[in-house]
Amino acid sequence: MDPARKRTVRLIVALTAAIFLAGGLMYTSFSAGDPSVTPSKLAASAVPGKSYQVTGKVSAWKKQGSVQRFMLRDRDGARAVPVTYDGPVPDPFRNGREVIITVRKQGTAFVGEKDSLITKCPSKYENKDTPA
Amino acid sequence: MDSATLGRATLILAFGVALYGIGAAVHAGRSQNRDWAASARRAVYTLAALSTVAFAILELAFLRSDFSFATVVSHSSTTTPTGYKAAAAWSSQEGSLLLWLWLLSLWSSLVLYLTRNRMRDVTPYATAVLAVFAAFFAGLLVFAASPFQTLATVPTEGAGLSPLLRHPGMMIHPPMLYSGYTLFTVPFAFAVAALLVRRVDAEWITATRRFALAAWFFLGIGIVLGARWSYSELGWGGYWAWDPVENASLLPWLTGTAFLHSLMIQERRGMLKVWNASLILATGTLAIMGTFLVRSGILDSIHAFGASTLGTPFVIFIAVLIAGSIGLVVSRRDSLRSENRLDSLLSRESVFIANNLVLVGLAFVTFWGTFFPLISEAATGTKSAVGPPWFDRYTVPLALLLVLLSGIGPVIAWRRATAVNARRNFTAPLFGSLAIAVALVILTPAETRPYALGMFFCGAFVFITVGQEFVRGVRARRAMAGGSVPVAFVAMIRRNRRRYGGYIAHVGFATILVGVAASSAFQHAKDVQLVPGQTAKVNGYTFSYAKATGQIVTNGGRLERIEFGAVMRVTKDGERVATLRPNRGYYPVNAPAVPISSAFDGEATSEVGMKAGLGRDVWMAVQPDLGALRPYIEQQDTRLNEAVKAAGTVNPARFGEVRGAIFAEVIRRYVNNTPPATFRVIVSPLVMWIWIGAFITFGGGLIAMWPAPDGVRRRARGRYAARVAKELGRA
Repeated sequence: MDPARKRTVRLIVALTAAIFLAGGLMYTSFSAGDPSVTPSKLAASAVPGKSYQVTGKVSAWKKQGSVQRFMLRDRDGARAVPVTYDGPVPDPFRNGREVIITVRKQGTAFVGEKDSLITKCPSKYENKDTPA
Repeated sequence: MDSATLGRATLILAFGVALYGIGAAVHAGRSQNRDWAASARRAVYTLAALSTVAFAILELAFLRSDFSFATVVSHSSTTTPTGYKAAAAWSSQEGSLLLWLWLLSLWSSLVLYLTRNRMRDVTPYATAVLAVFAAFFAGLLVFAASPFQTLATVPTEGAGLSPLLRHPGMMIHPPMLYSGYTLFTVPFAFAVAALLVRRVDAEWITATRRFALAAWFFLGIGIVLGARWSYSELGWGGYWAWDPVENASLLPWLTGTAFLHSLMIQERRGMLKVWNASLILATGTLAIMGTFLVRSGILDSIHAFGASTLGTPFVIFIAVLIAGSIGLVVSRRDSLRSENRLDSLLSRESVFIANNLVLVGLAFVTFWGTFFPLISEAATGTKSAVGPPWFDRYTVPLALLLVLLSGIGPVIAWRRATAVNARRNFTAPLFGSLAIAVALVILTPAETRPYALGMFFCGAFVFITVGQEFVRGVRARRAMAGGSVPVAFVAMIRRNRRRYGGYIAHVGFATILVGVAASSAFQHAKDVQLVPGQTAKVNGYTFSYAKATGQIVTNGGRLERIEFGAVMRVTKDGERVATLRPNRGYYPVNAPAVPISSAFDGEATSEVGMKAGLGRDVWMAVQPDLGALRPYIEQQDTRLNEAVKAAGTVNPARFGEVRGAIFAEVIRRYVNNTPPATFRVIVSPLVMWIWIGAFITFGGGLIAMWPAPDGVRRRARGRYAARVAKELGRA
């Protein structure tokens, strides 16, 4: 085959493969991604059984054995949802801290998925006016 | 003049000098005037001196607990141990920016000194680019985030370094990351300069290769130290959690690794010029993006780093870098044509290209997953996030391919591999690694995790191919020069540090990924609630909760923290394995009339108990339940409050004594009547090999980076002179 034609064929094959792979990547990310929501949005639109990644501030934290029960509140404090989570909590976890957790709606409460609880480290590069 | 004013003045001067450096360097580049070029270079040296003074002032303020500095008050205290006081300087936004500027100015000075008599057309523009970076960070420090802000009323005590950051990693992990980020700006600057003047041969690469390697080295060490730190913390997701901030540091490392491989093809064959320029421009931009991401608050991360006001300047700067990079590469595409073509798909060049595609693919997957919340919001209006399973789906096969290629690359022939070459180099590694894989299937449960088994096969393939190369090299060396095996081995590496350093790095990298595959595929984790005397079983290990512990830890005679812990005896098949002592520390505020209960509502950290071994790690964290002690603590708070009210004033010394006695009683009650504590127990195989692999990888990097012996350098210079003479002859 003519070398120039061979190079063109190679390029087309490589580009097709790259587009195919990138397309797969994008498709799966949109289908596998958990909606990232605020507590008020979660309260308004959560569908039972579907998982959501919710970010909010902890309040009314109670511990019963290894089960943690707390309310997750919007940053502005407008709305809160009840969350239960079974397992040890990260060190910075406490009332007033912002956390990220993947939950599913079960009845009126939201149950956190195992090991999905992340407490934001509040220590670095924080605005001076951000309450700890 | 007080030190804060001196610091402010130093930064303003640094900003001015950086601006002058840009002007002088651009003028030198346009006029090819050596005096202006020297002046611009000296401006960068001056910048290094000024930022050194500024950084020293800040460090001294932290070490002296000078609470007239606002940043010292919010990030340190008198009870913060000295090492952490020093590290607290870069735990603040402004201190970390100053560290960036300081390191940048040092590396910039070093590269400009080393290239002062080389590439006279390129270096002025490189100086200008480096000065632009410096001006940007100095500008942020002067106008947006000054580390030298002072307080009108000087407090007697500071808030202290967050207990979460009181880990040895804090002292070395950020400086390593920042060294990596700042070092990547050096090849970035030279790439921009080379493109500007259309001098796109391999010389800019040769001049900055060692800086790119050093950037890769430091950034890699920083990433591994971060992983080790994260591994020893409860709730940080183990050594790697695909957190946006972790990913931000991985991105430039991946593209930088690709660049370190592909530059060899440009040096040897004059190929991949567009690719190399694009890679290093992307790497430099990603380094700035990594710095920005940890400050932006635009993505939900464990490292929250609350949203700051620096987002806009960073976004503008990154946009300029991206637009400028694309514009430069596109406008110089004619000059960037390859001098040669790929001879065969079965050649070292092809393997390097494949390796580059895999590394860039990994970087793309990481980038996409990291920024997916922003992408999805822009595309659909709904913010979504992808978790570790999504990342694993793509990165695991790519990592397998990468390790396999890192075994093929060192032994396949340049230009065109022949069947004889393939047979000679791949027969033993292929059969050897297959034999190891079969043995693993027979002897272990490896067949239940196909990807892990695949990684063990690929890892073995790398070990054998590289081992084979070393054996052949030593034999050849002994045939030529005689001597014992160790002498020949050392001499062989000394004579070709770049090649054998690279091989060692490949072995280390394969070791890391074998450790990652084993520890993630065969990990056993369990949460258990126990009281003293009870036991739990995890993966054949028996954990016996022997007793609860508690103690008051002081620093410099002042109370630093109260620890509650456990003594856990670990046995397997009746044999003692280890005694683990995990604990959780609570950090009270050292100020009069602060309630006792606040100590247990405030910052706390877990110290994990760990028995690390070559075969497996046994890891444990404890969360004591202090609920039963609450009534007593609240009762004491009420009594203290009433006493303070009755007295009308607080005697700090007396208050401290009473508070110490109450804490001691809380500990006594906890130890004597221990409530159930929650334990997280993890048994992971081969984790240690991740750290050993990192040591080997970066040891290899260090060997490759180390200057060659005089004789070898002379020969290289001779080859270079011959090439220049040949080119001049052609001209």
